[in-house]
Amino acid sequence: MVEIKQNLIVVGSRPARVDAVDKVIGRASYATDVRLPGMLVGRVLRSPYAHARILSIDTGRAEKLPGVYGVVTAADLPPLEGDDAVGEKAFRDRELASDKVLYVGHPIAAVAARTPEIAQEALDLIRVEYDVLTPVVDVLAAMKADAPILHHDMRTRSLAGTGEKPTNVAAHFEQVKGDPGQGFAEADVIVDREFRNPMVHQCYLEPHSSTAVWSDNGGLTLYVTTQGTFSVRSHVVRLLRLSMSQVKVVPMEVGGAFGGKNSSYVDGVAAMLARKARRPVKVTMSRPETFMATGPNSGSVLRVKMGATRDGHLTAAEATLIYEAGAYPGSPVGSGSHVMFAPYQIPNGRLEGYDVVVNKPVVSSYRAPGATQACFVAEQVINELAGTLGFDPIEFRLLNSVKEGSETVDGTVHRHIGAIEVLQAAKASPHYTTPLEGPNRGRGVGHAFWGNWGACSSVTMTVNSDGTVSMVMGSVDITGTRTSIAMQAAETLGLPLDRVKCTMGDTDSIGYSDTSGGSRTTVATGHAAVKAAHDVIDKMRERAAQIWEVDVQAVVFDAGIFHVPDDLDKTLSFQALAELLPRTGNVVIGVGNVDVADWGSCFGTHIADVEVDPETGKVTLLRYTVVQDVGKAIHPMQVEGQLQGGATQGIGWALYEGYEFDAAGQMLNPTLLDYKIPTALDVPDIETILVEVPYPHHPFGARGVGENPIMPPPAAIAEAIYQAVGARVCDLPITPARILETLGII
Amino acid sequence: MKPFAYEAPTSVDQAVTLLAEKGERARPLAGGTDILVQVRRGFHNLDLLVDVKRIPELVRIDYDAEEGLTLGAAVSCAVLCEHPTLQAHYPGLLDAVSIIGGAAIQGRATLGGNLCNAAPSGDAIAAMIALGGEALVAGPEGRRLVPIASFCTAPGVTALRPGDLVVALRFAPPKPHSGAAYVRFVPRGEMDIAVAGAGAWVALSPGGTTFTDARIALSAVAPTPLYVERAAEALAGQAPGEDAYARAAEAAQEAAKPIDDMRGTAAQRQHLVGVLVKRALRAAVARAGANHAGTGMEA
Amino acid sequence: MTHKQIVTATINGELTEFLCEPHQSLLSCLRDVLSLTGAKEGCNDGNCGACSVILDGRLVNSCLVLGVEIEGREVTTVEGLAGWQALTPLQEAFVAYDALQCGYCTPGMLMAAKSLLDRHPNPTDGEIRAWLAGNLCRCTGYDKIIRAVRAVVPGTAVAPKTAEAPETADVLQTVLETASVDQVKEA
Ligand SMILES: Cc1cc2nc3c(=O)[nH]c(=O)nc-3n(C[C@H](O)[C@H](O)[C@H](O)COP(=O)(O)OP(=O)(O)OC[C@H]3O[C@@H](n4cnc5c(N)ncnc54)[C@H](O)[C@@H]3O)c2cc1C
Ligand code: FES
Ligand code: FES
Repeated sequence: MVEIKQNLIVVGSRPARVDAVDKVIGRASYATDVRLPGMLVGRVLRSPYAHARILSIDTGRAEKLPGVYGVVTAADLPPLEGDDAVGEKAFRDRELASDKVLYVGHPIAAVAARTPEIAQEALDLIRVEYDVLTPVVDVLAAMKADAPILHHDMRTRSLAGTGEKPTNVAAHFEQVKGDPGQGFAEADVIVDREFRNPMVHQCYLEPHSSTAVWSDNGGLTLYVTTQGTFSVRSHVVRLLRLSMSQVKVVPMEVGGAFGGKNSSYVDGVAAMLARKARRPVKVTMSRPETFMATGPNSGSVLRVKMGATRDGHLTAAEATLIYEAGAYPGSPVGSGSHVMFAPYQIPNGRLEGYDVVVNKPVVSSYRAPGATQACFVAEQVINELAGTLGFDPIEFRLLNSVKEGSETVDGTVHRHIGAIEVLQAAKASPHYTTPLEGPNRGRGVGHAFWGNWGACSSVTMTVNSDGTVSMVMGSVDITGTRTSIAMQAAETLGLPLDRVKCTMGDTDSIGYSDTSGGSRTTVATGHAAVKAAHDVIDKMRERAAQIWEVDVQAVVFDAGIFHVPDDLDKTLSFQALAELLPRTGNVVIGVGNVDVADWGSCFGTHIADVEVDPETGKVTLLRYTVVQDVGKAIHPMQVEGQLQGGATQGIGWALYEGYEFDAAGQMLNPTLLDYKIPTALDVPDIETILVEVPYPHHPFGARGVGENPIMPPPAAIAEAIYQAVGARVCDLPITPARILETLGII
Repeated sequence: MKPFAYEAPTSVDQAVTLLAEKGERARPLAGGTDILVQVRRGFHNLDLLVDVKRIPELVRIDYDAEEGLTLGAAVSCAVLCEHPTLQAHYPGLLDAVSIIGGAAIQGRATLGGNLCNAAPSGDAIAAMIALGGEALVAGPEGRRLVPIASFCTAPGVTALRPGDLVVALRFAPPKPHSGAAYVRFVPRGEMDIAVAGAGAWVALSPGGTTFTDARIALSAVAPTPLYVERAAEALAGQAPGEDAYARAAEAAQEAAKPIDDMRGTAAQRQHLVGVLVKRALRAAVARAGANHAGTGMEA
Repeated sequence: MTHKQIVTATINGELTEFLCEPHQSLLSCLRDVLSLTGAKEGCNDGNCGACSVILDGRLVNSCLVLGVEIEGREVTTVEGLAGWQALTPLQEAFVAYDALQCGYCTPGMLMAAKSLLDRHPNPTDGEIRAWLAGNLCRCTGYDKIIRAVRAVVPGTAVAPKTAEAPETADVLQTVLETASVDQVKEA
């Protein structure tokens, strides 16, 4: 356990974020803003079919079109060697399909041309012959024995072993705790329901874009929009069989990511085109491409059953989670099952999950991947149980809440959590203590656990001779982490924030860092920054010792001052010592390089008030509050922003969002007109209550905060709608039509 | 986007000449909020866009208590909404004009464009039908007036012939004791295309005790914006009130031929027609100044 | 075949001449021809507002305007609001209230808010939300954006020292200085 710092000056304050001014003057540079001399436009040819065999691809006419500098297909990838134990073919087919397309939008070829118009014309000239196959777009249909098979070599993986027949069920798992049958027998009330939700998209406002340029000696530089420069590097290195040192990935400002920019979509193609064209190439996705050919969150079907005694104690819980993986396996079904019952003490339980491929886009992570729909269904059932048993919904949760040392259904043991504190704060909140009045109005509560992440981060820190500090981090700043990490460094160094400047490094200039996901960056890269700061302090103590000709042990650093206790002559401020560094063996460089294995999880409770128009089913949000345990809010304003933004995404998921497909697997709503996300008119001011239960293994007690807030809104809103008009809608989004249908009006 | 040429004529005649020359391969460009999106998606194959916003006649607003209102077809919604005469005399039209898109779309979108785009969901079309509006069309053979109720013939298809241009939209001066309103249903606060919409215009007897005339039009529940002919019959001679509204709503529901699509289901639309017609009538009657219990602006 | 056309317009106060294809959007002209990359593309079909600019005093989506249409007209983009040394009160409020995260919606959001305040200097919360409804933001949940615009509304300014607003004045100065360092490096 590290000692959590007290009496903080910088941490916990609300400075302007360091990237703000560039962003309000229009000067912040995003991947689409990159302009290089001679740069070409890259465009991707995508499958119009959800399921088809590729018989041939003829790029001849496209290549001859004036203004076209290169056309690439899977045939331009390095040859596949040996057996395919690691799924290399699937990895490459995802980038550019070789023999089969598995969803509408699946990339097949790409061109580099002088203008977008020429590039488009060239795409139109590429002839692809298909043998169109029957697609399967419904996840339950995909599980049937006679379903069209996407991957003929796929066998179900489960703990029991590997299946024998070709299947679309990539994986199956089951976890049991105690005796669920006995648990349900002890229950006085049992609620058993089935829920469905469609794929939803992160809808970052900036589409994917990548600019590639090769140097004469075979070096590749990529300017990208990504959550992890090193993930892009690994991706391209694997695809093109390069060495890591050949590839430099430069992070640009990121126009929103939310998990969707952990995966790489156009970087490989941009690199291939640029190599072929011998010119820089920029590939930018359109909005429809972004919907159809990047990674949304899984659509899913979930069945949940929970039982409780009359005195309000949960006795058993069971869930079956069936998640769409899209065209290739890898849905976040495990994450959904991990979190759904995790807030409660449940003696008996069973969790069963399926990862199923369908002819739809390959899913990727979206803020608390897989967890929102699982939280939605578990919390709806909790709300229903509380209501049936006559309990206040927060009281009911408090009664069953996990505490220090509680073990969840999947065997996770909770440590240093703030579950109770969050529920109590919600109960005492101005929102919850103000009665909701008026007809057709209702209030609902949702509660969520999210585990967060730690992992690898690197930071270097150079002390300049004027006493300022320049730090470089390997993490991409997608939320304001340049500020929140510089704050942790400044606090450690005893400096004001304006003396510490933090920039994002490219993959050549800083050590490996994992992607900015899993709510890890402020926490884990914060660890690295604090470590680098301590390295700086230790090295500066050595220099001071050298100058003062004392033993280094005698030099103490405290609140920005180096001194030898009891010797008033031997005192130097950070700046004064910094000025002396060049003359004592050059400047000091500190390094913080960590793999954080111990990090804090977090709980959040949301309260929603709605009004429902009983004639039309239209839902208006009247008031919304997010209560969350944030450990320690390094930058409270940014934390509020995470809570508000996350909640608003969850609100969109609850009320508006969802992919619609026809039977052929064509997405019907790939625009921001028909894929509806909340506008400023659709949400009220979002009140936030930051509960601070410090996590003892972080230097400042911080916990990851970014993902949890997307989870509770659908359940809170569903319950509020039920309270308002008596419609309990089990499918997302909770559209006006579904409300009227549930009420029997239409 | 497929390349095309651009012209910005300054007279109706020049525009008609340019459009007539290219026939099907030319289109007027007003605010561009429909046509540019459609061209970009490859829905049209055009050689020429004729920008009509530099033609003085298309960007004027004229009102005369005798003649009524003449709105240039290319005046933007934002300008219409700020116009005091429209605010005073045609609030039922502004109900629709003010909800077409958000602020930035409002700055460009026009009534001529809304009409000629002929979307079943075009909000202003139903509102204009309810007001009994006419389109002044200029073409190679001269000018003619086309009732808006018969202007749209199929989704995206109109009564216009190659070379035709809508110059203006004309509305009679407001009758005493008359009022109009347009309401629609969208799932979000705004910024959506109507799942269903209803426009109503009513004229009441001087004491406000009975309907003397009425027109109802619907959005997004048929292949074109729909004029409900039988609604006037249902209301004529009736006293304003929930019974009459229910009868009109029923007539409208009979006329509606909604379909299922990703924006709504047929059943939902059929139901909404009833709700929205009643709401539109309540608001129109309130504007007509009837004095009976239960009317309000709550729609 | 079509030919490029010369367009002369006042952009951010400067008379500017540029060459573009007739079908090229104003957004593309600004970004690809004039290197004014402040306005962003989020959808290219009028639904996100990231490309919002002011054309002859009216807010428009520059993706739905043709470059050739602005002949003789006046366009203001985010770059025309203020230089980096002197932010407008609206920009300052965005910085002070943390009304942005990724910042991709910010240029459009600022132009929309400016056009609102130019027209209605004293909007209600409801009016602010309605006016900004065409500008999507996926990061912030709008809360801090609304607060920032509200703070510029005369008479309702909340002194930026409360729990909801930061200690900006000094920090802002620092940020400005840091920004200038970046700029010099870039140049
Ligand atoms: C984000 C967004 C939101 C929208 N919201 C709504 C909404 O809520 N309700 C709604 O009804 N619509 C909506 N629309 C659609 C569109 O904005 C409206 O239909 C608008 O009124 C079209 O006007 P315009 O001037 O932009 O038309 P344009 O795109 O310029 O033209 C549309 C069509 O009309 C033709 N045309 C234009 N002017 C004339 C003329 N004078 N004579 C003959 N033909 C002509 C054009 O050739 C073209 O075929 C929305 C569009 C977008 C992008
Ligand atoms: S890019 Fe113009 S509105 Fe989205
Ligand atoms: S700050 Fe990212 S979209 Fe608004």
